[in-house]
Amino acid sequence: MRATHSIHGGIHPTEAKALSAPGTVLDAGIPDKLVLPLSQHIGRQPDVIVEVGETVKGGQVLALGDGPMSVPLHAPTSGTITAIDDRAVPHPSGLTNRCIELSCDGADNWVALEGLSNWREVDRTALISAISQAGVAGMGGAGFPTAVKLNSPATQPIRTLIINGTECEPYISADDTLMQIDAPAIVEGAEILAHIVNAEEILFAVEDNKPIALAAMQEAVDASDSNCRREVMSFPTKYPSGGEKQLIEILTGQQVPSGGLPAHLGIVCQNPGTAVAVREAVLMGKPLTERIVTLTGQALNKPGNYRVRLGTPISHLLAVTAFDPKDNQRLIHGGPMMGFALESSDVPVIKTTNCVLVPTEQELPTPPPAQACIRCGLCAEACPASLLPQQLYWYARAKDQEQLEKHHLFDCIECGACSWVCPSHIPLVQYYRAAKGSIVDARAEKTRSDRSRDRFEARQERVERELAAREAQRAARRAAAQKKAEQGADDDPIAAAIARAKAKKQTAEDPQSTPAGDDQS
Amino acid sequence: MSFLKITSPHGHGPLTTAGIMQTVLLATLPGVAVMTWFFGPGTLINLLFGGALALAFEAAALRLRDRNPGPYLRDYSVLVTSTLLCIALPPYSPWWLIATGIFSSVILGKHVFGGLGYNPFNPAMVGYVILLISFPLQMSTWQAPRGLDAVPGVMDALEALLLPAHYDAVTMATPLDVLRQNQGLLMADLQAQKPQFGRWAGVGWEWVNLAFLAGGLWLLFKRVFTWHAPVGLLVALGLCAAIGFDSGSSESGGSPLLHWLSGATMFGAFFIITDPVSSAVSNRGRLIFGALIGVLIYLIRVHGNYPDAVAFAVLILNFAAPLIDQYTQPAVYGSKPVKRDEP
Repeated sequence: MRATHSIHGGIHPTEAKALSAPGTVLDAGIPDKLVLPLSQHIGRQPDVIVEVGETVKGGQVLALGDGPMSVPLHAPTSGTITAIDDRAVPHPSGLTNRCIELSCDGADNWVALEGLSNWREVDRTALISAISQAGVAGMGGAGFPTAVKLNSPATQPIRTLIINGTECEPYISADDTLMQIDAPAIVEGAEILAHIVNAEEILFAVEDNKPIALAAMQEAVDASDSNCRREVMSFPTKYPSGGEKQLIEILTGQQVPSGGLPAHLGIVCQNPGTAVAVREAVLMGKPLTERIVTLTGQALNKPGNYRVRLGTPISHLLAVTAFDPKDNQRLIHGGPMMGFALESSDVPVIKTTNCVLVPTEQELPTPPPAQACIRCGLCAEACPASLLPQQLYWYARAKDQEQLEKHHLFDCIECGACSWVCPSHIPLVQYYRAAKGSIVDARAEKTRSDRSRDRFEARQERVERELAAREAQRAARRAAAQKKAEQGADDDPIAAAIARAKAKKQTAEDPQSTPAGDDQS
Repeated sequence: MSFLKITSPHGHGPLTTAGIMQTVLLATLPGVAVMTWFFGPGTLINLLFGGALALAFEAAALRLRDRNPGPYLRDYSVLVTSTLLCIALPPYSPWWLIATGIFSSVILGKHVFGGLGYNPFNPAMVGYVILLISFPLQMSTWQAPRGLDAVPGVMDALEALLLPAHYDAVTMATPLDVLRQNQGLLMADLQAQKPQFGRWAGVGWEWVNLAFLAGGLWLLFKRVFTWHAPVGLLVALGLCAAIGFDSGSSESGGSPLLHWLSGATMFGAFFIITDPVSSAVSNRGRLIFGALIGVLIYLIRVHGNYPDAVAFAVLILNFAAPLIDQYTQPAVYGSKPVKRDEP
């Protein structure tokens, strides 16, 4: 195996992965109702193409993708559409989203699916389209539409495909389980992905705390053929080694440039779950309608890894796992480090739900009130991005946006390692999120005001230009008039007439002639 | 049911501020024990009296600032401040000297700036310097170490504290004083003539320094701080001494070993300049911060008018810490240039 590299910082929280017994998948069953939010990925939300009252089959398209950053939504089972309205979805701020409610009939009838068995001979765009049509979005966390990631421009050729099975977040064992039970499918999915991006090598990355998954992946790689150089790489367990940027440094020694993408290094990362979803989308035409979710925490009597239909209400999962509510009960979407607390269990599982954590107070105690920062620097030791979290905290409190940007706030990946080590229990990440938000707002505000200033200045300029033009016109007219007046002293008919009259008056000193008669003459 | 809404991360590591402060207090024990052995119970009395006063001042200051003192007193930070100051004070100091020092440290050094975490200067050193400038006589009177004279008992120590006018001190110039006052001799002669000099540095002082070094290494092992500031100080001080010392005459400032094991060198390197609040923040910054303090300690010791220099050096560098921070930001992830082709 080639050498791995180390990254700065990182922490070693209690892993607690054994609690969910990685390696076994249980079935969460089909609930009475599924709630399917339209936005389960980053990007545009798809357009609903079904109506309330309509009967649908499993795999049927319910909402159609609109544009490249959008993926369609499929029915995870058969039943009747009973509502299309706004509901609470898993979101850190408790936002709502348009949801399709599907009352399941329990029969689980599916539409006929058709795949591309000869994928090696199929055009790259057709494969990407098949993946997009199957609604596949990154299942590791961010939910980036997979097809978009695969569609890198010709100027950025992809050399390396990384299958990120690190799963460094404590408690979660969904990817571990998938690697243990379905390694050949992951390897085949990776093969398809590598074929699409024309990669030379595939790296399967697994932390060394998953020996069974490692062995299974190695075995699956050895048992299959490939046009690529392939390697199963393991490295010491440390949080957050599974962060995309961190993993790239561990495997290649290179750093994704600040503000850049892995594609700039010729790398694309995918989650093992995504690889399996891609394989099913391509080989069987099967849309993404279910996933493995780690349901864990000591408040659950039957924790484990469950196969869950997308849209399953978390309340249903709590019932399946025999949830025993305690005081100060928390319900966390995701893991303990980066997951967010849900206020209600009436939200559905979505494509990015890798874990639902229901800890007891003893397990993950409610944090005590924050104390003053003593700048001990433990956060800087722990930061995987080599930032100075204590300085960022200081500047975030002072709302000093200039210094925040100078201290690279936007290179923070919000992994929470700083907060985890902070002896004063300061919720540092919260400060950074808020500061990022206000800087983004300020930038947008600045863009807006720049634009209106530009508009104002352009108008001002135009008005001045018009004024100047009018002024010039007027001046030209005036000049012309004056010039005429100067010449007119000789040939102006009125003046000439007056002059003639005066001359006549002087010459005709004859008293008989009257002035009136003069005037009439 | 409604669930508790708390932001991530939901777990937390084992460290607490109070825990760190307690670790620092524990780490002073070897040094305090050796000081007590060589100079008698004076330091212990300083610590007890100073600690009680510090808690009282802290509570009063928090009341004045409309805060509930309970949680703040339990963070142990004020005990660390008072402990560091009381170790630095001469044993058998009168009560008013200790009280003035604690008041200066806790009120002027800390609460005036907004309490823990907001003090730009090391509070213990603020108290120490105020005392040194105001009461130079009392501050430069050190008990003669065991082996050179009789060591006072507990009753003597209490008398010195409460009835300073009646207390008859047995004092002696410290080795650094002796060195300063006896220029133009050979080091070998000086060490032979003056009883204050021991095996490597001063009698007693060398062991006090080694004990603080041991405590400091334990803190380093416990990862309470990083090695950067102490190593910066010790290397810079050693280098300065090595450059200045001609390995013979007493005019040339003394050997690196003498400087490392004299006065407050180890105490300063591991317990004073490692105060994170008032030092530079990045590792590189702390290395520079420590090194500049080391240089200043040497310069003030050898060319200045004060017998030891740690307090002044630290306060001067506290001023400079924000400037050091400005120029020592670490390179963040993503600033490494991209290699286009793999080897």
